[in-house]
Amino acid sequence: MIYSILKRAVQSVFVLLLVGLVAFSMFRFVGDPVDNLLGQERTEADIERVRQELGLNDPFVVQYWDFLSNAARGDMGVSFRQGRPAMEVILERVPATLELALVSATFAMTLGILLGIYTAIHRKSWISNAILAISLIGVSLPTFLIGIFLIYIFAVELGWLPSFGRGDVVDFGWWSTGLLTWTGLKSLILPAFTLGLYQLTLIMRLVRSEMSEVLKQDYIRFARARGLSERAINFRHAVKNTLIPVVTVAGLQIGSIIAFAIITETVFQWPGIGLLFINSIQFVDIPIMASYLMLISVMFVVINFAVDLLYLAIDPRLRDGKGA
Amino acid sequence: MRTNLMVSVTVALLASTSFAAANTLHWARAGDSLTLDPHAQNEGPTHALAQQIYEPLVLRDMTGAYEGALATDWGPSPDDPNVWIFNLREGVTFHDGADFTSEDVVFSITRAQSEDSDMKELLNSIVEVRADGDYTVEFVTDGPNPILPANLTNLFMMDRGWAEANDSVDVQDIEGGEVTFASLNTNGTGPYILVSREPDVRTVLTLNEDYWGIDMFPLDVTEIIYTPIQNAATRVAALLSGEVDFIQDVPVQDLDRVASTDGLEVITAPQNRVIFFGMNQGAADLEADDVDGANPLADLRVRQAMNLAINRDAIQQIVMRDQSEPAGMIAPPFVNGWTAELDAAVSTDIAAANALMEEAGYGDGFSIRLDCPNDRYINDEAICQAAVGMMAQIGIDVNLAARPKAQHFPLITNDETDFYMLGWGVPTYDSEYIFNFLVHTRTENRGSWNGTGYTNEDIDAMIVSLSSETDLDVRNATIASIWEEVQAETLYLPVHHQVLNWGMADHVETIVDPEDQPRFKYFVLN
Repeated sequence: MIYSILKRAVQSVFVLLLVGLVAFSMFRFVGDPVDNLLGQERTEADIERVRQELGLNDPFVVQYWDFLSNAARGDMGVSFRQGRPAMEVILERVPATLELALVSATFAMTLGILLGIYTAIHRKSWISNAILAISLIGVSLPTFLIGIFLIYIFAVELGWLPSFGRGDVVDFGWWSTGLLTWTGLKSLILPAFTLGLYQLTLIMRLVRSEMSEVLKQDYIRFARARGLSERAINFRHAVKNTLIPVVTVAGLQIGSIIAFAIITETVFQWPGIGLLFINSIQFVDIPIMASYLMLISVMFVVINFAVDLLYLAIDPRLRDGKGA
Repeated sequence: MRTNLMVSVTVALLASTSFAAANTLHWARAGDSLTLDPHAQNEGPTHALAQQIYEPLVLRDMTGAYEGALATDWGPSPDDPNVWIFNLREGVTFHDGADFTSEDVVFSITRAQSEDSDMKELLNSIVEVRADGDYTVEFVTDGPNPILPANLTNLFMMDRGWAEANDSVDVQDIEGGEVTFASLNTNGTGPYILVSREPDVRTVLTLNEDYWGIDMFPLDVTEIIYTPIQNAATRVAALLSGEVDFIQDVPVQDLDRVASTDGLEVITAPQNRVIFFGMNQGAADLEADDVDGANPLADLRVRQAMNLAINRDAIQQIVMRDQSEPAGMIAPPFVNGWTAELDAAVSTDIAAANALMEEAGYGDGFSIRLDCPNDRYINDEAICQAAVGMMAQIGIDVNLAARPKAQHFPLITNDETDFYMLGWGVPTYDSEYIFNFLVHTRTENRGSWNGTGYTNEDIDAMIVSLSSETDLDVRNATIASIWEEVQAETLYLPVHHQVLNWGMADHVETIVDPEDQPRFKYFVLN
């Protein structure tokens, strides 16, 4: 058991290092940060001085090594664009992204499960068919289009909700939250819906098919034969067994909600890490890009590691390398 | 803690429900200022914010004409051609109450000349700045510098005492990752005072009640809330929904939508930026073409043919939806040396162009790569796509390579492109600036953006002479003859002058600043 955990841990670290290496080998294709740092009037001497100062003349392996050894000491470098420590800049933006991700994940889970159950129980009703048809929009339309569409309806035409930003926020130490102000809540609605729509559809369809399977099982038939009410059968027996795979998928989806908030954040000018990342790409702000990618990959690695551990705990066959 | 929280929530609720005061201007543009240190970056959005808080000695008003800001009058010294004298405005105070005097000017200029300053190139010619009493400053240059004031319009004055007290004498070293007091706080003489700032999110400014020009300018805007909105569609939506009153950079495809909305208007004006193509005529052979052992671009007739092939009217009407002005030279109309005759766009003549190609021995054409940015100029990639079709008409098979600006511009400065798009703005409003960067042979200090490989000793000497020629007539004659040579050589293929678009609510009244720098003290609110 401990051996398995150790093996997974070593693999996770290896994955992390590999992500960093690939990221650093890509940065050279993003462009030259010196051009943005210095105005059009700069001289060759300025360029050389800055390149030297930033270590841009070193081969990428050396740059990567410097990044790693500094990162091991907790120093993620300094943002080229803002001139502040990269970690500080990112941490400042994390609350906005996490809040958006959690709200949209909650929304997607709740509504997804409810609608999934409804459509599984009432397979033939026209409401179910309508929900399924509409849900196709959620999976087939790109996020930015949905975002722009919602802005057009709810901000421009109806004027009910703000089209951009996070509204007023309340600070608790380094954490800032928009959940406690009216403008903050109003600002959350459109981005959270846009970001969660895909996950909502996914979860709804998953719940529906799982539940349909479960409803065909023998023990449901027996329950029905015992004369239990439909309500008890559906909610006490069927739903419980449906949710096990759903929870696994949903856990992994939270990671991708955070990582793929980039587009939603850009459309709604949401001041989170995704928008920061887009800005950094345009400015070739290597320390921010590197820190962001490392942060996201740490997050995925941790989630996957946790899921692996859960499997180990649940399924004895996977322990001690048997069947792995 | 709990009560604090309740109070802030209540305040926030009140703030959101009460309508904003009539004199608040909500301003949005794509990018945010990079730093509050006025000498650390030489960049548009950074200067645009600094302009509201800090002031230079001399500025250009929104028509581009000089106006005294912290200097009341200025001119070359009658005794020494190497000296400029600036008389300062008296009775000006910084936001913290300190008096503005000549020692602050000496301090600010010296600061802006230091190693980490991004403004130092503009001050190259200044050898010494000295105070002559509290309200006179003398600038000593290394030779007569006829256009010195033009280099000072974005050179902001800081308070020496404040900088010294707050450990901000040195310019923020952005590349070194330094954060200083002056990069997070401000103390200017300008019409607006910084209230709060969250980078990339929101900046709030309020009117400076003690401003020296309080009776001289409209100053209708009493509060400015600046929120960068990067996505163009969202920016337009925020204007349409009334959440912002004033936006810069309206996308051309949305101009009609904004203009036709009740209560909104779009105003446009020629921008201080010309868009053109450069061709590498200097290389013996080109990398990215299919002609071996020769450089077709070195042949004047080929360059002339390419110039004749570009249909500038079609680009204006179709690609730019009339939001451009076809160009005949690579100088914007505000610039000293610009003339209407030189700027008359060459009319398209495919037959003549084909004849020239035939004559040059390229009747069957050739193929070449065109490098183009895709996130820098208005519809940059679309212009290049149009050019591909136009070049095909004279047998040049163009292979388009569009890249983000961070990848495109190094190609030009590192000599890795043979055919490229570039845009140029002229902050000094003088042709010398264009010649220094785009025409002079590439050397250590000049010609850094000349990717054409063009080199001409006589022209170089003429360009160098411009920096110290004090007889303006002689100087202008030299400028005219350099332009004549540039045009005769078809050194560049001018495309058009960009047009700036500002979208705003009807109650906002202003004109468009050619450098895209709104100066809110001139704004009128109805």
